[in-house]
Amino acid sequence: MTVTVRLARTVKDLLQMAQTEYFNAGHRTCQGCESAMVLRWVAKAAGPNTIVIGATGCMYVANTTYYTTAWALPWIHTQLSGTGSAVVGTAAALKALMDKGKLPREKINVIGICGDLGCADAGLSEVSNALTHTKYSFLILMYDNESSANTDIQETTMTPYGALTTFSPSGKQIRIMKYRWKKNMAAMMVVGHPEVRYVATAIATDPIDLYNKVRKALEIGGPTFIHTLDPCPKGWGYDPKYSHEIGKLAVETGIWPLFEIEDGKFRLTSTSARIARGEVKRKPVKEYIRRQTRFKHLTDEDIEYIQRKVDEMWEKWLIPGLIPLTKELPYPETKQ
Amino acid sequence: MSVSVLESKRLEAVLKGDEEVEVVGTGTDAMAYALMLADIDVTSAYPIRPYGGVMQTVSKLIADGYLKAEYIVAAHEHDQFEIVKHASAVGARTFVGSSGVGWLLAIEAIVVISTDRYPVVALIGNRALDDPGAYGVEHNDALMVRDVGWLLVWVDTAQEALDTTLIAYRVAEDPRVMLPVGISMDGAFLTHSEHVFKIPPKSKVQKFLPPYDLGNRKLHPSNVISVAPQVNEDWVTEIRKQMDEAMKNARKVIVEAYRDFAKIFGRDYGNPFVEPYMVEDADVIMVGMGTVSRPIKEAVRRLRAKGEKVGFLRIRWFRPFPTEDIIHYLSGAKVVAVVDRDYSFGSPFDGGAVYTEIRSALYEAEHRPLIINFIGGLGGREITYNDAINMFNIALDTARKGKVEQRVIWYGVRE
Ligand code: SF4
Repeated sequence: MTVTVRLARTVKDLLQMAQTEYFNAGHRTCQGCESAMVLRWVAKAAGPNTIVIGATGCMYVANTTYYTTAWALPWIHTQLSGTGSAVVGTAAALKALMDKGKLPREKINVIGICGDLGCADAGLSEVSNALTHTKYSFLILMYDNESSANTDIQETTMTPYGALTTFSPSGKQIRIMKYRWKKNMAAMMVVGHPEVRYVATAIATDPIDLYNKVRKALEIGGPTFIHTLDPCPKGWGYDPKYSHEIGKLAVETGIWPLFEIEDGKFRLTSTSARIARGEVKRKPVKEYIRRQTRFKHLTDEDIEYIQRKVDEMWEKWLIPGLIPLTKELPYPETKQ
Repeated sequence: MSVSVLESKRLEAVLKGDEEVEVVGTGTDAMAYALMLADIDVTSAYPIRPYGGVMQTVSKLIADGYLKAEYIVAAHEHDQFEIVKHASAVGARTFVGSSGVGWLLAIEAIVVISTDRYPVVALIGNRALDDPGAYGVEHNDALMVRDVGWLLVWVDTAQEALDTTLIAYRVAEDPRVMLPVGISMDGAFLTHSEHVFKIPPKSKVQKFLPPYDLGNRKLHPSNVISVAPQVNEDWVTEIRKQMDEAMKNARKVIVEAYRDFAKIFGRDYGNPFVEPYMVEDADVIMVGMGTVSRPIKEAVRRLRAKGEKVGFLRIRWFRPFPTEDIIHYLSGAKVVAVVDRDYSFGSPFDGGAVYTEIRSALYEAEHRPLIINFIGGLGGREITYNDAINMFNIALDTARKGKVEQRVIWYGVRE
């Protein structure tokens, strides 16, 4: 069963559907902050009947300085690792109060917003526990700027291979301190929580795709999860005016595949779907990497390694737990 | 598991009728019935002994339909306390709890519950802190949060556990207070021992406990507010000062709550903050919290029969601290002997936390008694009637000599 929601097909649709801003002026994010763009689109897609919970992170520190909150929706802070618990507590309280007649019955969106450190590292167990509470409806949005940006750009498990952070500098003895490959959060959330009905990846560079995914997540009900990749000029090292370009390159090089998994059905979306269909060719990862100073110390061999890993992801990854065990699967050989 | 037929008849009686019914159950059972009567909306559970007992009974009451509440099994204690914090922010009456190191794993969430001013009520089933592992009672777990704005109360019987739970919601949710309450119950000695207690009818509870109302702080789409934005150095001082006011207000609100409780339920606890036992003319007064009262009271009775002027003062509310009562009841004595089921390493005189606080309170007294401190019963080791007699003998000896030879005595420690 798929949900029917009005989806935007074109920019014109989008502008018609989402005119009101619920994430407004008054925030103090860096210029070119794509995480702020994500929040803006999420707030527009959710609309006024929404409670937003924000975990400690860039989007707490920069957006909710007292007197200048950007939120035109009810908003509350939760601890760095508290997003999963906060959405469950909120949704449970709304349910209890409505069941007991202490609140009028209506649909209220509950959205928990956490950065990569809060969600994928510190708060993983709470997010994971939340995604099993299928009697409550909420969306957990992980905005991923690939570092702990507000505390001075430190490494997280979401920091890509080789990237410079203040915890993973490049030195005389060790050129690459961040040797760990990035965790595959969205897939992990789907596979680990088989009753979750909607999980997606998105990016602010593609607002139509992002908007539609938020709408779907909120409509389908139960626990849902969206992971966005957010270019961050401060952490990644590029001129803020290139944020959108960098975001586009993340998708076009295939480093950031856009997909959704709805009721167990996996579907690539937008540019990623066109890449899969062969309508557009994946750009070399070098075009993305050479634009950012966090990768400035990488050699051509390092970039080739990253290219190989990205090719491998496109050519031989499967998402286990979504494909029946009884089926023999076509499993493409890796090109040597 | 479900509630027994007999019990279910009794539960129906208190939920529907006007009479209280007498049952046999543990301290945690008693608390669970109070939660049923308080009609909590959301609760979160995570296993750890000895707190776990309360959720076993709560879950049973929910499964059998006596309590309608959202019941959430959490991933760990931090999760547990964050869940209720946010449920409370939406306007739900909540309950949570833990023990020992579990309680401390939640400390970050515990702190924001009080700094954000949510009236959560929690059970601290007192347990020694690891390592080494021990299930038994020690008060250090609860005392770790003495400085973060939680009200802390120690109970001594199952009846007191039930009654105090109802009182705790009334105090916590009072608009003049709006702070969380931690109810401490001695692990095993009270949480898991069976007592006879009375369950009051819900009709009376409704007279005593108004519905939880967060007012204009309620998080709802009709009330667009931002809760706990970053204030940086601008406002922290003012916010802490407001908490201080709330904590001071609690002294008054607690008195009102016990007074109304006595009126409605007919059970009068006298002084809400402390329980004085034969202290009026006592030369030597022992002080303690929780179930240590039983062997000490027995020792007081027997020593009184022999003509010794001894007494006992049980501290019920530790936060807010009953300074006035401490001065009132203790400053007339020759010797005050504090029994601490906790220890504060490196504290001013290398003693327990209660001892340190009592010394501090008595500094303002016109007459300052001699004070000695027993560190005893750590990790759940029993303090028997004989131990209490031995401790009194040391205190009586101090009174006779008129000076303290050893301030802090680790009672019964194997050398
Ligand atoms: S550091 Fe990065 S994520 Fe944080 S506000 Fe600046 S641009 Fe946005």
